[in-house]
Order: sequence, then C-alpha cells, then structure tokens
Amino acid sequence: MQLIQPSKVQQLIEKLKDQDLYVHIEQTTGAYAAHFDSSKHPAASFLTNARIRYSHGAISGNGPFRVGLKMAHGWVYSEGLTHYEDTETERLIMAGHDSQGKLIVALQLSPEPF
Amino acid sequence: MEQQILVVLPHPDDEAFGLSGTLAMHVHNGARVTYACLTLGEMGRNMGIPPFASRVTLPAVRKAELESSCRAIGIQDLRLLGFHDKTIEFEDQELLDSRIRELIEELSPTLVVTFYPGYSVHPDHDACGAAVIRVISQMPAEERPTVHCLAFSRNHEEAIGRPDVHYDVRAFLKHKLASIQSHRSQFQAAELLGKNELTQQEIEARFGTEHFWTYRF
Repeated sequence: MQLIQPSKVQQLIEKLKDQDLYVHIEQTTGAYAAHFDSSKHPAASFLTNARIRYSHGAISGNGPFRVGLKMAHGWVYSEGLTHYEDTETERLIMAGHDSQGKLIVALQLSPEPF
Repeated sequence: MEQQILVVLPHPDDEAFGLSGTLAMHVHNGARVTYACLTLGEMGRNMGIPPFASRVTLPAVRKAELESSCRAIGIQDLRLLGFHDKTIEFEDQELLDSRIRELIEELSPTLVVTFYPGYSVHPDHDACGAAVIRVISQMPAEERPTVHCLAFSRNHEEAIGRPDVHYDVRAFLKHKLASIQSHRSQFQAAELLGKNELTQQEIEARFGTEHFWTYRF
C-alpha cells in the first residue's frame, strides 16, 4: 500500500463508473478498544461483496481523503482514507491507517468478488 | 508427558505470546501438536508499518506468517479450518462443533488448549473456547482430554481465580521470540521489545513463564 495520490485514485474512480461492481466497505475501532482503554466504545461495521453501480464519484480533501460515489438511489461515503494499492489497474483498494498504523477504514471496489 | 496436543484458536498469532513456549517445550519432549486455526485473521487491523499488506492480501500474508510461526515452534500439523474472522460467534454452532469434534475423534488428544470462554476479550476467542468446551463436555467424563485455557480479560481472576498451570519456558525463548516475530504484519518490533533492546533478564521476566487454567467440567 502507498500513500494516496488523489489523481491516480480519481482515474480509477472514472474507470470503474457505470458498471456493476463488488464493494467492501468497513470502519472499525478494533475489538480491543475497550480492553486497552475502558473509556473507548468499540464499534465496527463491514459489508463485503455487495453489488453496486455508481454514475459519478470523486476523491476530495488534502489527506486523509474522502471518497463519495453517487448511485441511482443513494451514496457510498468514506472518510479517513490514507493509502491505496498502486499496482491495481482493474480494482480500487483504499484504506485509512491511524497514527499507529492500524486500519480504521477501508473502501474497495472490484468487478469481481473479493 | 503429553503425546498428542490439540490447539484450537481462532486467529493466526493467538499462539504466539501465551502458548508458543509451552508448545515448543512439549514438542521437545516428544509430543505431537496439531494446531487448528479457525480463521486467517483476515479482518485484522495491523498491516505492517508502513502497511505492506491490504485487506485483499492480508489472508495470504497471515497464512504464510502462521506457517512460519509453526515451523519456529516445531508444530507438526497445522489445520486451517476456513472460517471467517470476526464471525465465529455467529457461525452455525453445529457446523463449528462438528469440525472440532472430528478433530478430537481423529486425534484422541491427551491435552486440548483453547481460550477460556467468557474471559478472553475478543468475541472470536470466547466463541472458539465455548465451542471446544461444548464438544468436550458432551464426551463421557472418563474419555475427556485435559483442557488448558488461556484468559486475559479485565478482572478475569476475580471470576476464575489464579491460573493453576505454570510452565517455565525460558529454555524455549528462542522458539517463542521466533514465533512472535513470524507475525510480522501483526507485531511491530516496538510492541514486542519496547523502544530499547531488552536485556536477556528482561526478556525472561516478560516472556519466560506461561500460565493456563485447567477447565473444570
């Protein structure tokens, strides 16, 4: 994974629009959040391999970045993205890592299931 | 001496800190160890610093790390059961139990090691331990293997008391540190050894003893 270059991510967002895709979206504090600090509230959600199609999408911000994808009946939104996989040409793999390097958010799009 | 040990844990790396020295000791003494790892830890948050893995590559990365850890310990038989990380508590209980029951019937272990259900913090840990205890509690009492549990939740000793099994694993610290360091994506050097190199004495104090609770059915 490399630090996000917004122009490269935007190119992939354009390439993947108007087609059926599989999405993985995730946000997590980690299962140990309250074990390490009882004031923390552990929370996590993930959704893997739901089918979506978007007609318009953009990456925004100065880093960490936000991504929004406009679908026929709603939106996909992620904030806190820091890294992407620059070797991928057919898929868009993005994640946000916190100051300790731990994954806190992920957004992935692919024509094939993950 | 233990002859056949069955370890049932949900994530690659669950063996590293609390158990690897004990397993290396048992292998040294002639035991055969089967490690049934329920998932590939594919939802882990650590990807290395800077991240060299991603959500997509993490399962393969962690599988290789687990194989390396098993070689370091001397574990002869690794079974990957193919469940999905974070889902053990939601799995079809009969499916989960049957996979564990099949292993026990195949191997007739003299000792089973798992997490203490209810006192092991991560929902997968608790659900894994609960499944093992469910399966073994259904066996006739005289046929049950000994079960040693790992526990580390906040205030767990108030409920289950002090651990009753203690192993001095100082002679196997080389194996243990190699097991921990195998999980390169998960444990950063700083987490393992602090900012400064630990002295041999500090390493022995921190990693030299492993503790277990014998499960009372």
